[in-house]
Amino acid sequence: MFYREAGQFKTSYKADQAVFPIFQDKIFVAIWLFIGFVVVPMLASEYMFRAIFIPVIIMALAAIGLNLLVGYCGQVSLGSGAFMAVGAYAAYNFMIRVPELNPLICFLLGGLSATVVGVIFGIPSLRIKGFYLAVATLALQFFTDWTFSRIDWFTNYTPSGSIAVQPIEVLGVVFDSPIRKYFLCLVFLVIFTIIGKNIVRGRIGRAWMATRDMDVAAEIIGIRPVYAKLSAFAVSSFFIGVAGALWAFVHLGSWEPLAFDINLSFSILFMVIIGGLGSIVGGMLGAAFITLLPLFLNQLPVWLGINISTAMISHLEFMIFGALIIFFLAVEPLGLARIWQITKEKLRLWPFPH
Amino acid sequence: MNDTDRKLGPTILKVESISLAFGGVKALTNISFEVKQHEILAIIGPNGAGKSSMLNVINGVYHPNAGSITYKGNVRQQMKPYEAASQGIARTFQNIALFKGMSVLDNIMTGRTLKMNAGFLAQCLHIGPARNEEIEHRKKVEEIIDFLQIQSIRKTPVGRLPYGLQKRVELGRALAAEPELLLLDEPMAGMNIEEKEDMSRFILDVNDEFGTTIVLIEHDMGVVMDLSDRIVVLDYGKKIGDGTPTEIRNNKEVIDAYLGVSD
Ligand SMILES: Nc1ncnc2c1ncn2[C@@H]1O[C@H](COP(=O)(O)OP(=O)(O)O)[C@@H](O)[C@H]1O
Ligand SMILES: [Mg+2]
Repeated sequence: MFYREAGQFKTSYKADQAVFPIFQDKIFVAIWLFIGFVVVPMLASEYMFRAIFIPVIIMALAAIGLNLLVGYCGQVSLGSGAFMAVGAYAAYNFMIRVPELNPLICFLLGGLSATVVGVIFGIPSLRIKGFYLAVATLALQFFTDWTFSRIDWFTNYTPSGSIAVQPIEVLGVVFDSPIRKYFLCLVFLVIFTIIGKNIVRGRIGRAWMATRDMDVAAEIIGIRPVYAKLSAFAVSSFFIGVAGALWAFVHLGSWEPLAFDINLSFSILFMVIIGGLGSIVGGMLGAAFITLLPLFLNQLPVWLGINISTAMISHLEFMIFGALIIFFLAVEPLGLARIWQITKEKLRLWPFPH
Repeated sequence: MNDTDRKLGPTILKVESISLAFGGVKALTNISFEVKQHEILAIIGPNGAGKSSMLNVINGVYHPNAGSITYKGNVRQQMKPYEAASQGIARTFQNIALFKGMSVLDNIMTGRTLKMNAGFLAQCLHIGPARNEEIEHRKKVEEIIDFLQIQSIRKTPVGRLPYGLQKRVELGRALAAEPELLLLDEPMAGMNIEEKEDMSRFILDVNDEFGTTIVLIEHDMGVVMDLSDRIVVLDYGKKIGDGTPTEIRNNKEVIDAYLGVSD
């Protein structure tokens, strides 16, 4: 528990600009990577991969993506479900129409398709803000729900309108077991996290934050709000689109348009708010929290040996989410990530609080 | 000493017959004046006289209803904010317009935006050009941080800083753009004497060392008389005086409208 800066003098700006400037931060990251790549695979059961780790990882990717837009650039969006749907359906269509393509390339193409849609639906953000923008992105949600359930071409004319896919195969490796799927998703998350972190600490990230905090001032120092906002929509949609493709192909395996409805959009937004606006770690914490809370609430009565109906539990779930969201919006807009940071600051001073 | 040992260059900015109205309110009526390279020009006048509006017209935040703006030889009906920035005009605001959620360092780094050009992919991967560029510009920003003596707060989110320091950081952000023309809207408002002295020194140093032309709005007549080469006086959107501090001090109309009342 020696999380300290003391004695670590940065002798160059390069060192000071590293992603994790404090040595102990590097240790934290190394520990998390070790847990992710070694400890979890050794200990977790198939059920845990399927019910916990895979969905949390994919949702973390989506939440990081949304956080780039909402938390860093300040543009509200209720369209994450739609971007995930675009990613999933586009990947599916690339896969069946160009069978020789590597599935991972198809996932990325799914992400790029979401980027295109994101930029188009980001255009209203150049004129409108806040609540009105949220409503405009909501329109996208209804638009994709309708498109993918009514235009049969997208589902390759399957009679039921739902899609079922085989486990993907990459370079001879079939991703059929939960542990392989888990590794695949984890690698995606790690790579996208690094990219996200790189973007937000550089010029583009500063342009986003400047636009979020004070757009007039951003413009007078040469940041074009048009570029800042549309690039945030583009990058964010790409992340969310790739998450959508993973969700469909790796987590669900078979799905229908309802899998990507407005509820999913809200869930991801809640992850961002509870996890912490404007924080990459926040996206992960929020995803873990929101995915695990229902599981936890379901188990709680069993552990406590009391009898609560499932209906009651799902009511409880809503009430807890509601209370938490109000709490975080009103009291701690920086969310769980801020609490994590405060803990680290405490550790830094521990055991002498002054 | 102001007028004697300074070498002013040719005219860098010329506004001619600028008029601006908001609905029925005439914020500016037929305003013309010139700014010479390397000059410090002060704009004074009572509240609501149109001083801030004038700066907003110069860097394109407001578009005038009539008149023209000649900057570095190019005549325009109006400026656009982005164009003004890319042509070397930077400014600070009367009501501080910092990026509240960002650190001092990041705020000042945003001032370097137009000088940075690493591609998107390089930034995603933080390789080669993107990384070198960050370091190179960080050096420049550190020079500004040293110059403004705000080393100890470089990692602090600006929202947590006291007012006087925020004004200083905002100046830093403007300086980071290495502007040719710097517009300062009441840079010393709300400061105590010591802070005002610091700020005055920074302004003079910037003007001296980097040759930056400065247009500033200020209410403290002592400061104005000390700093400026020339003063433009506005009252109810009209120009009622234009001259050296000595001339303005003796201008009957100005004394009646402004100086007599304030101090
Ligand atoms: N954006 C605006 N909308 C409406 N009226 C404005 C706006 N900006 C300035 N004004 C009006 O223009 C006049 C001049 O304001 P301003 O330029 O801020 O004066 P000063 O900076 O000299 O105090 C005032 O009457 C003010 O109310
Ligand atoms: Mg003003």
